[in-house]
Amino acid sequence: MSNAENSNQYSTIVKDGLWDNNGVFSMLLGMCPTMAMTTSATNGFGMGLATAVVMGASSYLVAVFRNQITTEVRIPVYILIVAAMVTLVDLAMNAWMHELYKVLGLFIPLIVSNCLPLARLEAFAAKQPPFPALLDGLFMGLGFTIALTVIGAVREIIGSGTLFADASLLLGNSFKVIEMRLLPADMGVLMMILPPGGFIVTGLLVVAKRVLDLRAGKEIQMAGAHAV
Amino acid sequence: MKEFAMIMISAALVNNVILARFLGLCSFMGVTTRIDTAAGMGFATTFVITVSSMADWAVQTYLLDAYGLGFLRTVTFILVIASAVQFTEMTIKKVSPELFQMLGIYLPLITTNCAVLGVALLLVEGRMSFIHATLFAFASSLGYSLVMVIFAGLRERLALVQVPRLFAGPPIAFIVAGMLAMAFMGFSGIAAS
Repeated sequence: MSNAENSNQYSTIVKDGLWDNNGVFSMLLGMCPTMAMTTSATNGFGMGLATAVVMGASSYLVAVFRNQITTEVRIPVYILIVAAMVTLVDLAMNAWMHELYKVLGLFIPLIVSNCLPLARLEAFAAKQPPFPALLDGLFMGLGFTIALTVIGAVREIIGSGTLFADASLLLGNSFKVIEMRLLPADMGVLMMILPPGGFIVTGLLVVAKRVLDLRAGKEIQMAGAHAV
Repeated sequence: MKEFAMIMISAALVNNVILARFLGLCSFMGVTTRIDTAAGMGFATTFVITVSSMADWAVQTYLLDAYGLGFLRTVTFILVIASAVQFTEMTIKKVSPELFQMLGIYLPLITTNCAVLGVALLLVEGRMSFIHATLFAFASSLGYSLVMVIFAGLRERLALVQVPRLFAGPPIAFIVAGMLAMAFMGFSGIAAS
Protein backbone atom coordinates (compact mmCIF):
# COMPACT_ATOMS: atom_id res chain seq x y z
CA MET A 1 0.00 0.00 0.00
CA SER A 2 1.29 3.46 -0.84
CA ASN A 3 1.44 6.28 1.66
CA ALA A 4 -1.53 8.10 0.18
CA GLU A 5 -3.73 5.01 0.41
CA ASN A 6 -2.54 4.49 3.96
CA SER A 7 -3.40 7.96 5.15
CA ASN A 8 -6.75 7.71 3.35
CA GLN A 9 -7.54 4.52 5.25
CA TYR A 10 -6.49 6.15 8.51
CA SER A 11 -8.69 9.17 8.01
CA THR A 12 -11.65 6.85 7.30
CA ILE A 13 -10.95 4.99 10.55
CA VAL A 14 -10.82 8.26 12.48
CA LYS A 15 -14.02 9.63 10.90
CA ASP A 16 -15.87 6.31 11.37
CA GLY A 17 -14.93 6.15 15.02
CA LEU A 18 -15.72 9.72 15.91
CA TRP A 19 -18.89 10.32 13.94
CA ASP A 20 -20.07 8.12 11.04
CA ASN A 21 -20.13 4.86 12.95
CA ASN A 22 -20.16 6.31 16.45
CA GLY A 23 -20.42 3.46 18.94
CA VAL A 24 -23.24 5.01 20.93
CA PHE A 25 -25.29 7.12 18.52
CA SER A 26 -25.06 4.91 15.42
CA MET A 27 -24.35 1.38 16.56
CA LEU A 28 -26.06 1.61 19.96
CA LEU A 29 -23.40 -0.50 21.64
CA GLY A 30 -22.10 -0.14 25.16
CA MET A 31 -25.38 1.19 26.49
CA CYS A 32 -24.89 0.32 30.17
CA PRO A 33 -22.08 2.77 31.01
CA THR A 34 -23.66 5.23 28.58
CA MET A 35 -26.76 5.45 30.73
CA ALA A 36 -25.26 4.85 34.13
CA MET A 37 -22.21 7.08 34.04
CA THR A 38 -23.62 10.17 32.34
CA THR A 39 -25.12 11.94 35.34
CA SER A 40 -22.46 14.59 34.76
CA ALA A 41 -20.14 15.50 31.90
CA THR A 42 -17.07 14.78 34.03
CA ASN A 43 -18.21 11.23 34.86
CA GLY A 44 -19.00 10.56 31.20
CA PHE A 45 -15.59 11.87 30.15
CA GLY A 46 -13.74 9.71 32.69
CA MET A 47 -15.71 6.58 31.84
CA GLY A 48 -15.15 7.18 28.12
CA LEU A 49 -11.39 7.63 28.50
CA ALA A 50 -11.04 4.44 30.56
CA THR A 51 -12.94 2.55 27.86
CA ALA A 52 -10.83 4.12 25.09
CA VAL A 53 -7.59 2.98 26.73
CA VAL A 54 -8.92 -0.57 27.11
CA MET A 55 -10.15 -0.61 23.51
CA GLY A 56 -6.90 0.68 22.03
CA ALA A 57 -4.74 -1.75 23.98
CA SER A 58 -6.90 -4.82 23.41
CA SER A 59 -7.36 -4.08 19.68
CA TYR A 60 -3.59 -3.80 19.31
CA LEU A 61 -2.97 -7.08 21.15
CA VAL A 62 -5.62 -8.99 19.23
CA ALA A 63 -4.23 -7.70 15.93
CA VAL A 64 -0.70 -8.75 16.91
CA PHE A 65 -1.85 -12.29 17.70
CA ARG A 66 -4.53 -12.48 14.99
CA ASN A 67 -2.76 -15.31 13.14
CA GLN A 68 -2.30 -17.41 16.27
CA ILE A 69 -5.91 -17.18 17.50
CA THR A 70 -8.06 -19.87 15.87
CA THR A 71 -11.69 -19.14 15.08
CA GLU A 72 -13.07 -21.75 17.52
CA VAL A 73 -11.54 -20.23 20.63
CA ARG A 74 -11.48 -16.60 19.55
CA ILE A 75 -14.31 -15.28 21.76
CA PRO A 76 -12.89 -16.59 25.07
CA VAL A 77 -9.44 -15.34 24.06
CA TYR A 78 -10.80 -11.88 23.22
CA ILE A 79 -12.69 -11.72 26.51
CA LEU A 80 -9.57 -12.72 28.45
CA ILE A 81 -7.46 -10.11 26.66
CA VAL A 82 -10.06 -7.42 27.38
CA ALA A 83 -10.35 -8.61 31.00
CA ALA A 84 -6.57 -8.37 31.43
CA MET A 85 -6.52 -4.82 30.03
CA VAL A 86 -9.46 -3.85 32.25
CA THR A 87 -7.64 -5.19 35.31
CA LEU A 88 -4.61 -3.02 34.42
CA VAL A 89 -6.78 0.09 33.96
CA ASP A 90 -8.66 -0.74 37.16
CA LEU A 91 -5.45 -0.98 39.21
CA ALA A 92 -3.90 2.09 37.56
CA MET A 93 -6.99 4.23 38.21
CA ASN A 94 -7.20 3.00 41.78
CA ALA A 95 -3.60 4.12 42.29
CA TRP A 96 -3.48 7.43 40.43
CA MET A 97 -7.05 8.68 39.95
CA HIS A 98 -8.62 7.42 43.13
CA GLU A 99 -11.48 9.97 43.31
CA LEU A 100 -12.65 9.18 39.79
CA TYR A 101 -12.19 5.47 40.48
CA LYS A 102 -14.58 5.72 43.44
CA VAL A 103 -17.22 7.47 41.34
CA LEU A 104 -17.08 5.05 38.41
CA GLY A 105 -16.90 2.08 40.79
CA LEU A 106 -18.64 -0.98 39.42
CA PHE A 107 -18.52 0.22 35.84
CA ILE A 108 -14.73 -0.06 35.50
CA PRO A 109 -14.68 -3.89 35.80
CA LEU A 110 -17.86 -3.93 33.72
CA ILE A 111 -15.94 -2.64 30.67
CA VAL A 112 -15.25 -6.37 30.16
CA SER A 113 -18.86 -7.02 29.30
CA ASN A 114 -19.31 -3.82 27.30
CA CYS A 115 -20.32 -4.90 23.78
CA LEU A 116 -18.35 -2.13 22.07
CA PRO A 117 -14.76 -3.40 22.62
CA LEU A 118 -15.76 -6.95 21.71
CA ALA A 119 -17.61 -5.81 18.59
CA ARG A 120 -14.56 -3.88 17.34
CA LEU A 121 -12.23 -6.80 18.04
CA GLU A 122 -14.47 -9.14 16.07
CA ALA A 123 -15.24 -6.73 13.24
CA PHE A 124 -11.92 -4.97 12.81
CA ALA A 125 -8.90 -5.99 14.88
CA ALA A 126 -9.21 -9.70 14.02
CA LYS A 127 -8.50 -9.01 10.34
CA GLN A 128 -6.17 -6.01 10.34
CA PRO A 129 -2.50 -5.29 11.05
CA PRO A 130 -1.66 -3.90 14.52
CA PHE A 131 -1.33 -0.19 13.73
CA PRO A 132 -4.73 0.36 12.04
CA ALA A 133 -6.28 -1.83 14.76
CA LEU A 134 -4.76 0.35 17.49
CA LEU A 135 -6.06 3.43 15.70
CA ASP A 136 -9.54 1.92 15.30
CA GLY A 137 -9.76 0.91 18.94
CA LEU A 138 -8.53 4.27 20.13
CA PHE A 139 -10.81 6.38 17.94
CA MET A 140 -13.88 4.21 18.50
CA GLY A 141 -13.10 4.73 22.19
CA LEU A 142 -12.73 8.49 21.72
CA GLY A 143 -16.02 8.57 19.81
CA PHE A 144 -17.52 6.78 22.80
CA THR A 145 -15.94 9.39 25.10
CA ILE A 146 -17.43 12.24 23.07
CA ALA A 147 -20.86 10.62 23.13
CA LEU A 148 -20.73 10.08 26.89
CA THR A 149 -19.49 13.60 27.52
CA VAL A 150 -22.27 15.09 25.38
CA ILE A 151 -25.01 13.02 27.03
CA GLY A 152 -23.50 13.84 30.42
CA ALA A 153 -23.36 17.55 29.59
CA VAL A 154 -27.01 17.67 28.51
CA ARG A 155 -28.18 15.79 31.60
CA GLU A 156 -25.99 17.86 33.90
CA ILE A 157 -27.03 21.24 32.47
CA ILE A 158 -30.75 20.47 32.61
CA GLY A 159 -30.57 18.44 35.79
CA SER A 160 -28.35 20.51 38.04
CA GLY A 161 -27.46 23.61 36.01
CA THR A 162 -23.73 23.00 36.10
CA LEU A 163 -21.20 21.77 33.54
CA PHE A 164 -18.10 19.71 34.39
CA ALA A 165 -18.79 20.10 38.11
CA ASP A 166 -16.09 18.50 40.31
CA ALA A 167 -13.70 18.26 37.34
CA SER A 168 -10.83 19.52 39.51
CA LEU A 169 -11.58 16.89 42.13
CA LEU A 170 -11.93 13.97 39.73
CA LEU A 171 -9.48 14.74 36.94
CA GLY A 172 -6.86 16.94 38.60
CA ASN A 173 -6.43 20.57 39.63
CA SER A 174 -5.60 21.82 36.14
CA PHE A 175 -9.21 21.15 35.10
CA LYS A 176 -10.55 23.76 37.53
CA VAL A 177 -11.11 26.24 34.66
CA ILE A 178 -13.76 24.17 32.89
CA GLU A 179 -16.09 23.99 35.90
CA MET A 180 -19.13 26.11 35.14
CA ARG A 181 -22.52 26.99 36.53
CA LEU A 182 -24.98 27.79 33.75
CA LEU A 183 -28.30 27.87 35.57
CA PRO A 184 -29.17 28.81 39.16
CA ALA A 185 -29.11 25.84 41.51
CA ASP A 186 -32.85 25.69 42.11
CA MET A 187 -33.76 25.44 38.41
CA GLY A 188 -32.49 21.88 37.96
CA VAL A 189 -34.89 19.21 36.74
CA LEU A 190 -33.97 16.30 38.99
CA MET A 191 -35.56 13.78 36.59
CA MET A 192 -32.67 14.28 34.15
CA ILE A 193 -30.12 13.04 36.67
CA LEU A 194 -32.29 10.07 37.64
CA PRO A 195 -32.49 6.95 35.43
CA PRO A 196 -35.42 8.03 33.18
CA GLY A 197 -33.42 11.07 32.06
CA GLY A 198 -30.65 8.83 30.76
CA PHE A 199 -32.99 6.95 28.46
CA ILE A 200 -34.85 10.01 27.22
CA VAL A 201 -31.76 12.18 26.58
CA THR A 202 -30.01 9.33 24.72
CA GLY A 203 -33.10 8.76 22.58
CA LEU A 204 -33.37 12.43 21.69
CA LEU A 205 -29.64 12.70 20.92
CA VAL A 206 -29.87 9.74 18.52
CA VAL A 207 -32.61 11.72 16.75
CA ALA A 208 -30.37 14.81 16.77
CA LYS A 209 -27.57 12.88 15.07
CA ARG A 210 -30.03 11.65 12.44
CA VAL A 211 -31.13 15.24 11.77
CA LEU A 212 -27.51 16.38 11.36
CA ASP A 213 -26.75 13.45 9.06
CA LEU A 214 -29.80 14.26 6.93
CA ARG A 215 -28.73 17.92 6.71
CA ALA A 216 -25.31 16.78 5.50
CA GLY A 217 -27.04 14.75 2.79
CA LYS A 218 -26.06 11.40 4.28
CA GLU A 219 -28.22 8.32 4.52
CA ILE A 220 -29.53 7.99 8.09
CA GLN A 221 -28.87 4.74 9.87
CA MET A 222 -32.05 2.99 10.89
CA ALA A 223 -30.11 0.01 12.16
CA GLY A 224 -28.99 -0.41 15.69
CA ALA A 225 -30.55 -2.31 18.55
CA HIS A 226 -27.90 -4.93 18.01
CA ALA A 227 -27.74 -8.32 19.57
CA VAL A 228 -27.13 -8.80 23.27
CA MET B 1 -38.52 -14.22 56.84
CA LYS B 2 -39.44 -10.57 56.65
CA GLU B 3 -35.80 -9.73 56.02
CA PHE B 4 -35.65 -12.11 53.04
CA ALA B 5 -38.83 -10.65 51.56
CA MET B 6 -37.30 -7.19 51.86
CA ILE B 7 -34.14 -8.32 50.06
CA MET B 8 -36.20 -9.79 47.24
CA ILE B 9 -38.45 -6.76 46.75
CA SER B 10 -35.52 -4.38 46.93
CA ALA B 11 -33.46 -6.34 44.37
CA ALA B 12 -36.31 -7.08 41.97
CA LEU B 13 -38.33 -3.88 41.95
CA VAL B 14 -36.77 -0.95 43.80
CA ASN B 15 -33.23 -1.39 42.49
CA ASN B 16 -34.27 -3.08 39.27
CA VAL B 17 -31.24 -4.33 37.36
CA ILE B 18 -32.25 -2.74 34.07
CA LEU B 19 -34.18 0.40 34.96
CA ALA B 20 -32.36 1.56 38.08
CA ARG B 21 -28.88 0.05 37.81
CA PHE B 22 -28.57 0.18 34.00
CA LEU B 23 -27.22 -3.34 33.60
CA GLY B 24 -28.02 -5.63 30.69
CA LEU B 25 -29.22 -2.85 28.41
CA CYS B 26 -27.94 -4.49 25.21
CA SER B 27 -30.27 -7.46 25.61
CA PHE B 28 -32.99 -5.09 26.83
CA MET B 29 -32.83 -3.29 23.48
CA GLY B 30 -31.83 -6.29 21.35
CA VAL B 31 -34.18 -9.18 22.15
CA THR B 32 -37.37 -7.45 23.22
CA THR B 33 -39.12 -7.30 19.86
CA ARG B 34 -41.35 -10.29 20.76
CA ILE B 35 -42.78 -11.37 24.12
CA ASP B 36 -41.89 -15.07 23.80
CA THR B 37 -38.23 -14.41 22.91
CA ALA B 38 -37.96 -11.90 25.74
CA ALA B 39 -39.45 -14.42 28.18
CA GLY B 40 -37.06 -17.14 26.97
CA MET B 41 -34.13 -14.79 27.31
CA GLY B 42 -35.29 -13.82 30.78
CA PHE B 43 -35.55 -17.46 31.78
CA ALA B 44 -32.08 -18.35 30.46
CA THR B 45 -30.51 -15.26 32.05
CA THR B 46 -32.21 -15.96 35.38
CA PHE B 47 -30.62 -19.39 35.37
CA VAL B 48 -27.18 -18.06 34.41
CA ILE B 49 -27.23 -15.21 36.92
CA THR B 50 -28.26 -17.46 39.81
CA VAL B 51 -25.79 -20.26 39.03
CA SER B 52 -22.84 -18.00 38.23
CA SER B 53 -23.46 -15.74 41.23
CA MET B 54 -23.34 -18.74 43.56
CA ALA B 55 -20.14 -19.93 41.89
CA ASP B 56 -18.62 -16.44 41.93
CA TRP B 57 -19.44 -16.08 45.62
CA ALA B 58 -17.62 -19.34 46.36
CA VAL B 59 -14.65 -18.37 44.18
CA GLN B 60 -14.38 -14.99 45.88
CA THR B 61 -14.61 -16.41 49.40
CA TYR B 62 -12.54 -19.57 49.16
CA LEU B 63 -10.06 -18.69 46.41
CA LEU B 64 -9.54 -14.97 45.90
CA ASP B 65 -9.97 -13.78 49.51
CA ALA B 66 -8.25 -16.81 51.00
CA TYR B 67 -5.10 -16.38 48.90
CA GLY B 68 -5.13 -12.57 48.56
CA LEU B 69 -5.73 -12.64 44.79
CA GLY B 70 -8.37 -9.91 44.75
CA PHE B 71 -6.88 -8.20 41.70
CA LEU B 72 -7.71 -11.23 39.54
CA ARG B 73 -11.43 -10.85 40.25
CA THR B 74 -12.53 -9.52 36.86
CA VAL B 75 -10.65 -12.21 34.94
CA THR B 76 -11.83 -15.12 37.13
CA PHE B 77 -15.46 -13.98 37.25
CA ILE B 78 -15.73 -13.69 33.49
CA LEU B 79 -14.32 -17.22 33.15
CA VAL B 80 -16.83 -18.57 35.69
CA ILE B 81 -19.65 -16.80 33.83
CA ALA B 82 -18.53 -18.15 30.45
CA SER B 83 -18.59 -21.68 31.88
CA ALA B 84 -22.02 -21.13 33.44
CA VAL B 85 -23.34 -19.97 30.07
CA GLN B 86 -21.87 -23.02 28.35
CA PHE B 87 -23.54 -25.22 31.00
CA THR B 88 -26.89 -23.46 30.52
CA GLU B 89 -26.61 -23.90 26.78
CA MET B 90 -26.08 -27.65 27.13
CA THR B 91 -28.93 -27.97 29.64
CA ILE B 92 -31.42 -26.05 27.51
CA LYS B 93 -30.42 -28.00 24.42
CA LYS B 94 -31.18 -31.23 26.28
CA VAL B 95 -34.34 -30.09 28.12
CA SER B 96 -36.05 -27.90 25.53
CA PRO B 97 -34.75 -28.03 21.95
CA GLU B 98 -37.46 -25.53 20.86
CA LEU B 99 -36.29 -22.88 23.30
CA PHE B 100 -32.72 -23.59 22.20
CA GLN B 101 -33.71 -22.94 18.56
CA MET B 102 -35.53 -19.77 19.52
CA LEU B 103 -32.72 -18.20 21.54
CA GLY B 104 -30.10 -19.21 18.98
CA ILE B 105 -27.26 -16.74 18.77
CA TYR B 106 -28.36 -14.85 21.89
CA LEU B 107 -27.55 -17.72 24.22
CA PRO B 108 -23.72 -17.62 24.03
CA LEU B 109 -23.91 -13.84 24.15
CA ILE B 110 -25.27 -13.93 27.73
CA THR B 111 -21.56 -14.02 28.64
CA THR B 112 -21.26 -10.38 27.65
CA ASN B 113 -24.52 -9.39 29.32
CA CYS B 114 -23.31 -6.99 31.96
CA ALA B 115 -26.20 -7.87 34.25
CA VAL B 116 -24.49 -11.20 34.98
CA LEU B 117 -21.09 -9.75 35.88
CA GLY B 118 -22.74 -6.72 37.49
CA VAL B 119 -24.86 -8.77 39.92
CA ALA B 120 -21.84 -10.94 40.82
CA LEU B 121 -19.71 -7.85 41.54
CA LEU B 122 -22.51 -6.22 43.54
CA LEU B 123 -22.92 -9.19 45.81
CA VAL B 124 -19.22 -9.66 46.57
CA GLU B 125 -18.77 -5.94 47.08
CA GLY B 126 -21.75 -5.91 49.43
CA ARG B 127 -20.04 -8.66 51.49
CA MET B 128 -23.29 -10.65 51.54
CA SER B 129 -23.67 -14.06 53.19
CA PHE B 130 -24.24 -17.02 50.89
CA ILE B 131 -28.01 -17.21 51.39
CA HIS B 132 -28.39 -13.45 51.11
CA ALA B 133 -26.27 -13.47 47.94
CA THR B 134 -28.24 -16.29 46.31
CA LEU B 135 -31.55 -14.61 47.09
CA PHE B 136 -30.23 -11.28 45.83
CA ALA B 137 -29.06 -12.84 42.55
CA PHE B 138 -32.31 -14.75 42.03
CA ALA B 139 -34.53 -11.76 42.79
CA SER B 140 -32.43 -9.43 40.62
CA SER B 141 -32.78 -11.77 37.67
CA LEU B 142 -36.54 -12.09 38.25
CA GLY B 143 -36.72 -8.30 38.10
CA TYR B 144 -34.70 -8.42 34.90
CA SER B 145 -37.10 -10.95 33.32
CA LEU B 146 -40.14 -8.95 34.42
CA VAL B 147 -38.89 -5.76 32.78
CA MET B 148 -37.84 -7.65 29.62
CA VAL B 149 -41.36 -9.08 29.23
CA ILE B 150 -43.12 -5.77 29.99
CA PHE B 151 -40.91 -3.90 27.52
CA ALA B 152 -41.42 -6.57 24.83
CA GLY B 153 -45.17 -6.15 25.27
CA LEU B 154 -44.84 -2.39 24.83
CA ARG B 155 -42.70 -2.82 21.73
CA GLU B 156 -45.14 -5.27 20.15
CA ARG B 157 -47.76 -2.52 20.40
CA LEU B 158 -45.26 0.09 19.26
CA ALA B 159 -44.55 -1.85 16.06
CA LEU B 160 -48.16 -1.29 14.98
CA VAL B 161 -48.21 2.48 15.26
CA GLN B 162 -46.87 5.10 12.89
CA VAL B 163 -43.78 6.69 14.42
CA PRO B 164 -42.16 9.74 12.74
CA ARG B 165 -39.28 8.47 10.57
CA LEU B 166 -36.63 10.26 12.61
CA PHE B 167 -37.82 8.57 15.78
CA ALA B 168 -38.33 5.10 14.28
CA GLY B 169 -36.43 2.24 15.83
CA PRO B 170 -34.11 2.81 18.77
CA PRO B 171 -34.96 6.45 19.68
CA ILE B 172 -38.64 5.78 20.37
CA ALA B 173 -37.66 2.60 22.22
CA PHE B 174 -35.37 4.67 24.47
CA ILE B 175 -38.07 7.19 25.21
CA VAL B 176 -40.57 4.43 26.05
CA ALA B 177 -37.92 2.85 28.29
CA GLY B 178 -37.51 6.21 30.01
CA MET B 179 -41.23 6.27 30.79
CA LEU B 180 -41.06 2.70 32.09
CA ALA B 181 -38.16 3.76 34.32
CA MET B 182 -40.32 6.61 35.66
CA ALA B 183 -43.05 4.10 36.47
CA PHE B 184 -40.56 1.89 38.32
CA MET B 185 -39.34 4.87 40.32
CA GLY B 186 -42.71 4.66 42.03
CA PHE B 187 -41.38 1.59 43.86
CA SER B 188 -38.62 3.51 45.60
CA GLY B 189 -39.36 3.86 49.27
CA ILE B 190 -40.99 0.43 49.58
CA ALA B 191 -37.76 -1.13 50.83
CA ALA B 192 -34.41 0.27 51.82
CA SER B 193 -31.70 -0.07 49.22
